[in-house]
Amino acid sequence: MKGYIEIDQELCKGCQICMAFCPKDSISPSDKLNANGYLPVRFNSDGDCTGCATCAVVCPDVVIEVYRE
Amino acid sequence: MKKVYRRPKSLKRAAFHYCPGCGHSIIHRLLTEVFDEMNIQDRVIGIPPPGCSVFAYHYLDVDMAESAHGRGAAVATGLKRAYPDALVFTYQGDGDLAAIGTAETIHAANRGERITSIFINNAVYGMTGGQMAPTTLSNMKTTTTPYGRDTRLEGYPVRMSEMVALVKGAVYIERTAVNSPANIRKTKKAIRKAFQAQIDDLGYSLVEILSPCPTNWKMNPLESWQWVENEMTKEFPLGLIKDITREKDSTGKRDAD
Repeated sequence: MKGYIEIDQELCKGCQICMAFCPKDSISPSDKLNANGYLPVRFNSDGDCTGCATCAVVCPDVVIEVYRE
Repeated sequence: MKKVYRRPKSLKRAAFHYCPGCGHSIIHRLLTEVFDEMNIQDRVIGIPPPGCSVFAYHYLDVDMAESAHGRGAAVATGLKRAYPDALVFTYQGDGDLAAIGTAETIHAANRGERITSIFINNAVYGMTGGQMAPTTLSNMKTTTTPYGRDTRLEGYPVRMSEMVALVKGAVYIERTAVNSPANIRKTKKAIRKAFQAQIDDLGYSLVEILSPCPTNWKMNPLESWQWVENEMTKEFPLGLIKDITREKDSTGKRDAD
């Protein structure tokens, strides 16, 4: 894994736009609601994320931080 | 591993009140990224609009002065003339800039005011509950056009950018969208160029941004992003509409025409 992302579970609104644009399918819906009642998304750490930051570019709520090697 | 993408410095750490999938917060982020990259955070004065983004000052960490409906360009004119060194931008929706503020916008552009307008076009009145806007597409259903917009009764969608491009004082006009990674990057470049035109003291600049409104279009976020691509761009083609920043002398003495 060349990169990873951190998703703020409390600020995510679960619009799933990042899931649609992730080229490696490394993001999936969480199974736990957050305090605002949204179903956020979570990062699959066993995927092959390259740290391309496409998810962060499209995220409407700026909840994603991207790390790369 | 090093951090390659973080929250922009000029964007306050507050939770956005926008609906999931809304384009407003993306545009807020792009604006703050441009402020950070150009290092102009302390020079910028913003004019937030009425509408969903009325609380833009909760998110953008720059000076802001709220304006009444449609008066953004007029308030910006006053601020720019009082503070010539400030970089003044208006953030306006289609009900604001294209309906009640048409006169202010066109005349501010015609006077060549050194201001930048960020025009958010989502083809509908968002905050008030999804009524028809001047930019609503033909046959599009809204709460006030439940059978679709009938152009014989309600007229045609207004292409504001093309109208403003006709006046001499406007130097940079581009239409972009925030519905894909590529378009979001293009939007950021356009915002940067618009502010550069103002820094170079050339004239009025406007960036029209097609923005998804999932709630009032009654779609899920991804469908609304695709709808911008498939339907809205037919009526509002993306691309550069006017750019005379190169021809125009920075002193403003030589007219581009």
